Amino acid sequence: MELQLKIWRQKKADSPGGFEVYRVKANEHMSFLEMLDVLNEQLIAERKEPVAFDHDCREGICGACSMVINGRPHGPNQGTTTCQLHMRFFKDGDVITVEPFQARAFPVIKDLVVDRSSFDRIIQAGGYISVNTGQPVDGNAIAIERDTASMAFDAAACIGCGACVAACPNGSAMLFVAAKVSHLGLLPQGKIEQDGRVQKMVAQMDEEGFGNCSNVAACEAECPKQISVSNIARLNRALIAASFQSS
Amino acid sequence: MKLDAKIPEGSLDQKWTQYKSRVPLVSPANKRKLEVIVVGSGLAGASAAASLGELGYQVKCFTFHDSPRRAHSIAAQGGINAAKNYMNDGDSVYRLFYDTIKGGDYRAREANVYRLAEVSNAIIDQAVAQGVPFAREYGGLLENRSFGGVQVSRTFYARGQTGQQLLIGAYQALSRQISLGTVKMYNRHEMLDLVVVDGKARGIIARNLITGAVERYAAHCVVLATGGYGNVFYLSTNAMGCNATAIWKAVRNGAFLGNPCFTQIHPTCIPVSGDYQSKLTLMSESLRNDGRVWVPARKEDAEAIRRRQKSANDIPEDQRDYFLERRYPAFGNLVPRDVASRAAKVECDKGLGVSPTGLAVFLDFGAAIRRYGKSKASVAGKAQPDEATIEKLGREVIAEKYGNLFEMYEKITGENPYNTPMMIYPAVHYTMGGLWVDYNLETNIPGLFAIGEANFSDHGANRLGASALMQGLADGYFVLPYTIGHFLSGEIRTPAIDPASPQFEEAEQKCKMRIEQLLQTRGHQSVESFHRKLGKIMWDHCGMSRNLQGLQSAREAIRNLRSEFWKDVFVPGRADEFNPELEKAGRVADFLELGELMVVDAMHRNESCGGHFREEHQTGEGETLRDDQQFNYVAAWAWPDLDREPELTREPLNYEYVKIATRSYK
Repeated sequence: MELQLKIWRQKKADSPGGFEVYRVKANEHMSFLEMLDVLNEQLIAERKEPVAFDHDCREGICGACSMVINGRPHGPNQGTTTCQLHMRFFKDGDVITVEPFQARAFPVIKDLVVDRSSFDRIIQAGGYISVNTGQPVDGNAIAIERDTASMAFDAAACIGCGACVAACPNGSAMLFVAAKVSHLGLLPQGKIEQDGRVQKMVAQMDEEGFGNCSNVAACEAECPKQISVSNIARLNRALIAASFQSS
Repeated sequence: MKLDAKIPEGSLDQKWTQYKSRVPLVSPANKRKLEVIVVGSGLAGASAAASLGELGYQVKCFTFHDSPRRAHSIAAQGGINAAKNYMNDGDSVYRLFYDTIKGGDYRAREANVYRLAEVSNAIIDQAVAQGVPFAREYGGLLENRSFGGVQVSRTFYARGQTGQQLLIGAYQALSRQISLGTVKMYNRHEMLDLVVVDGKARGIIARNLITGAVERYAAHCVVLATGGYGNVFYLSTNAMGCNATAIWKAVRNGAFLGNPCFTQIHPTCIPVSGDYQSKLTLMSESLRNDGRVWVPARKEDAEAIRRRQKSANDIPEDQRDYFLERRYPAFGNLVPRDVASRAAKVECDKGLGVSPTGLAVFLDFGAAIRRYGKSKASVAGKAQPDEATIEKLGREVIAEKYGNLFEMYEKITGENPYNTPMMIYPAVHYTMGGLWVDYNLETNIPGLFAIGEANFSDHGANRLGASALMQGLADGYFVLPYTIGHFLSGEIRTPAIDPASPQFEEAEQKCKMRIEQLLQTRGHQSVESFHRKLGKIMWDHCGMSRNLQGLQSAREAIRNLRSEFWKDVFVPGRADEFNPELEKAGRVADFLELGELMVVDAMHRNESCGGHFREEHQTGEGETLRDDQQFNYVAAWAWPDLDREPELTREPLNYEYVKIATRSYK
């Protein structure tokens, strides 16, 4: 298949960017990133600069890949990261627009690469259980109801890619924060610190310049791990509960 | 040089306990003055950095990723072993130790492996306390499953994403230390060289990948937790960024590389489908709990399947060869990875492969679906369920156990594995070889430690499934925090290391010159094309099956490719900017050197063991044939100067507790 790619090129964080158009020959078995590899090899052969994009595991779990394809974070397929999107979902002659994730809290580094370190700082603010190495009791001393463990897992499946932020018209990180608050807060081990955790993580999210949640739920629709917005409801409840608890 | 593994005295089961009570301590006041660099933030690196931070050391942690959470440990699927014996099926620390030694084909050090088995239980407790959502039974207790090479169920798991959940646990512990200020995190920084001052590892040179600045970082000691070097094969299950630069620079600075030719080829990966392919995807070993591996018994059927004139479902039961069950009745489909991989290759070499390329075998869940379906129907009180009901109920059970893996398979191949069996083929997955370390996990360079996949220590010539997560976390949480004291207790009078010293200056200049050289060559071939060529040489001659002649030709080919690289590579862009091609160029340049040493090691080890299969040494039934008289040792290679031959030092392996025997899974 022959494709026309409209790709956002931007040299640096503070330099102006714009779309460039490329033609590339692909086949349906390639992943989207392998198609970009082909383009990059082509550009290198023409002694031009290849398109920079974040990627690593290429099996949908590391959360590194991040681009917006035809207006949708990680492209058209539900529950799929860019690296797992295959070209058989495109047609010969398609024009594909590729942009970086866009949000105030995710500044562009180069081309399609953005800085998502704000997510790390939100976790550092309280997205953990305070337990030092070597302190724990036996793993089976804490029995956890199977469905509860499963619900915690569903939230913990977040890969921290930031598609939720890129999908949100307000650039909010509520789904990301809510997933962590749910993962830890649902488990008995994590309940103890829940009040402080919720408040600190939300405060950090605001400080990083993420927008507010207005219940659009685009985050859930675009989340490659299909994390539910019901986690946001849980976060809101936890935040209200914490506000009554804190001194 | 004689290698001292520094194995403590005492009986095997007392060594670690006694060591811990005798290792010199560093007082809290002194810990605050001592700096540690940890390179890598996967399971080993993140757990080590977090634990050392908790102890009070000043830690600097480096990763080339944009976040420590993206390290490739995240992709581990199946599980983590521990000798809890929660299943009451006869497991014990000794049995985990024994299985690991036997699984490694008797090429690992007893004392290290025993310690690994000993601390395995604490890892599970630690992970649970951190909030890792392991699979649970209905009663709320932890669930287990089986992995290859063992006859107990000791593998803890979190669906098919165990590595992700364990890494997030370690990442969160690390994040907590970052917020407390004990760990300073350097994201998007790649280590380019090791700095050795007066014989001790005292720092690193790292490139800030955003600005391109080459920077110096000093500390009292350096810990490498940078993973394996499987990407030397180009196609592997490793992530695209996985590289050997950190450990290779250690080698170039005098560290020994242990058993570099020991590579794990994982039997169940999605087969290669085209020339453009950038990586291979693993299908978890846990699938072999329920999946049965087979090829058509008749060549005509295999050919028809390859031409797509027949499908797997057209082959009647009596025309299928479940070759693992046939050859290894005691372990069946759950033989260790090296054995399963070779067996698949044997069938494909006979012309029985089933994909269009002829390089694939089936992994079939049909029998498991029917078995689970019948059991579910019986629980639901249906005494005479029809076939459709059985099928439906059985699929539900399989979906619950392996749903995400089935989805992943379908996303990549476009085929539904509930309807037709998966097609799988072996692929490079893990490297048992790595930096040589002693019992303290310290290399032969004082103050340089290597943990996790980056060291060679625990898996011998073949690693058992679900043991990589165990080893990475054992090293980081429970071993290094003790053993690092052995070195650092002697450094309490050493002031902060000065990064302005001539050794740092020299190392920085060397890195800058190399970057310039890569950019100035301005030849005509891309970095990628060199990497592909290297990968093909390695896979053809130093992969699943090796022979002297092939290895000799491979060495020659790699040397030629290396000199061609430095004459004709083209790296676009500049040094002082975000330049992924430049990063890749440096990594491939290092693979071009490391690959040669792997070949040299494979050539010298004139025996077959574990994943190292020398065609010249096999039994009549095609199994590995060890030569314990000559090769019962760790091969530790020094190669600081590429113009001279690599130099071999042997660390003999003394089996005091395990009786060394022919490994049999029949």
